[in-house]
Amino acid sequence: MSKQNNNGMEFLTSLPRRWVTIYIPLILMLVILLFPFYWMGMTAFKPNEELLSKAGNPFWLINPTLAHFKKLLFNTSYPAWLLNTVIVSVCSTFISLFTSVLAAYAIERLRFKGAKVAGMVIFFAYLVPPSIIFIPLASIVYQYGLFDTRMALILTYPTFLVPFCTWLLMGYFRTIPFELEECAMIDGASRWQILTRIILPLAVPGLISAGIFAFTLSWNEFIYALTFVSSSEIKTVPVGVITELVEGDVYHWGALMAGALLGSLPVAFVYSFFVEYYVSGMTGSVKE
Amino acid sequence: MSNLSLLERFQSNRHALGYAFMVPAALLLIGLLAYPLGLGTWLGFTDAKIGRPGEWIGLENFSYLLTDSVFLLSVFNTLFYTIVASIFKFLLGLWLALLLNKNLPFQSFFRAVVLLPWIVPTALSAIAFWWLYDSQFSVLSWTLVKLGLIDTYIDFLGEPWLARMSVIIANVWRGIPFVAISLLAGLQTISPSYYEAASIDGATPWQQFRYITMPLLTPIIAVVMTFSVLFTFTDFQLIYVLTRGGPLNATHLMATLAFQRAIPGGSMGEGAAIATMMVPLLLAAIMFSYFGLQRRAWQQGADK
Repeated sequence: MSKQNNNGMEFLTSLPRRWVTIYIPLILMLVILLFPFYWMGMTAFKPNEELLSKAGNPFWLINPTLAHFKKLLFNTSYPAWLLNTVIVSVCSTFISLFTSVLAAYAIERLRFKGAKVAGMVIFFAYLVPPSIIFIPLASIVYQYGLFDTRMALILTYPTFLVPFCTWLLMGYFRTIPFELEECAMIDGASRWQILTRIILPLAVPGLISAGIFAFTLSWNEFIYALTFVSSSEIKTVPVGVITELVEGDVYHWGALMAGALLGSLPVAFVYSFFVEYYVSGMTGSVKE
Repeated sequence: MSNLSLLERFQSNRHALGYAFMVPAALLLIGLLAYPLGLGTWLGFTDAKIGRPGEWIGLENFSYLLTDSVFLLSVFNTLFYTIVASIFKFLLGLWLALLLNKNLPFQSFFRAVVLLPWIVPTALSAIAFWWLYDSQFSVLSWTLVKLGLIDTYIDFLGEPWLARMSVIIANVWRGIPFVAISLLAGLQTISPSYYEAASIDGATPWQQFRYITMPLLTPIIAVVMTFSVLFTFTDFQLIYVLTRGGPLNATHLMATLAFQRAIPGGSMGEGAAIATMMVPLLLAAIMFSYFGLQRRAWQQGADK
């Protein structure tokens, strides 16, 4: 980097130099970032004999097997965990979206008295981390008889989803021109009609971003699910894999990795379809 | 008829309608966020146990914790974990962002792939790290032994300092994508004409980075790193999965210690006191990273 390069325009840098300063570090970083996933996949399909032998090359597998997946799907509650995670994620995503759309529209467009303050409060609510409030929340959940139910998770997840989604949607609504609303008002549309017929159809990309975020965040949630649920059939995938697949000191690495892989695939799948929305949501909320 | 007109009047009054629209969010955030935050502080001053409401015991929990060596160690661990992990996340994330910002083929593909560690459930990717750090079958140890660098397998999570570094590496691995992709978005807002002008004036790549990229990127760095510090400081899953705070409490963070004391240990009051003590430290960390970086932006703007 110290070499004098008076003509700093990129297209003029020589190819070998580009390899050393850009491609090789980039490839190295990608390899490190992706290696744990490769390793997850390798282990999930590897028979136990190969896993526990120190001979041979651990980076490759010779006899791929589905035994770990079979064990996971038929001898554990894994299918139930998957179903729970889907139910909880979908429900809390919809609750959050509904709540956030109303709140964001009210703050950004109705501009009621105190809307600015409400916007600030929402932002601060986003900064409250779950690991600070999970203890009192546990006692509240217990008091209301929600302990060990899916409802406990469906109701508590929106506490971290709503601030984020509202913030994201506020940014989105801001980009929709006021004139559209004014035209509709002159034509006699009510506020509710404006929201559902004009604003929401225009904000679909924002809704998708917020929805994907809410879905992945609730799929990945761990501390509430660990604290508020104790029976095996109500657990979510992350908690179930951690608490139930580890038996004493015997680690069934194959099954653990198969569980981790299967639990990661749905979010990776959803994400792969909506990468652009995800990235724009993430960077948009940071830039504001 | 008068009923309808009342409804109409309500609908056309943006203040009333605005408050009505805020009701679901307000209920949720007051009932399940603000109230717990207050309740948690109150619980910290009681001797509540699981299933038994506590009685007010004043500052007893706090004064006990300040003499508790495990708690003090967890404060040290939390600060060490946050500071070291954040520095590495920033440096590597910035580097990755700069690399991705060069005109690469398949740029959007790279960007999508880089984010994977961030979107996959942390608890599940932490299991992969657990397996990578295994004391008997670690593939990292295997590689190092085959390369002739070490003789015996490393017990990554078995010794205090080694365990601290191992969990930090796992945290950095998970956090880099967020920093990199957010900073990349910031880099893409910088107009190329600045760099062209600088090249014509003979600025070296380092000078371009130092006097164009950094000043223009600093506001975004401040926001991104503030969030990164927030996530790292309150981290729970990674430690819970990898070490549960061991060995010898060497990797206990305040969040994991609060969980251990409150839920398996049953001392809700004590756990809540630990969580409450995270708040001032967390605020200080956020202020430091946000205003510290903002001030640098202001100085850099001012000195030219």
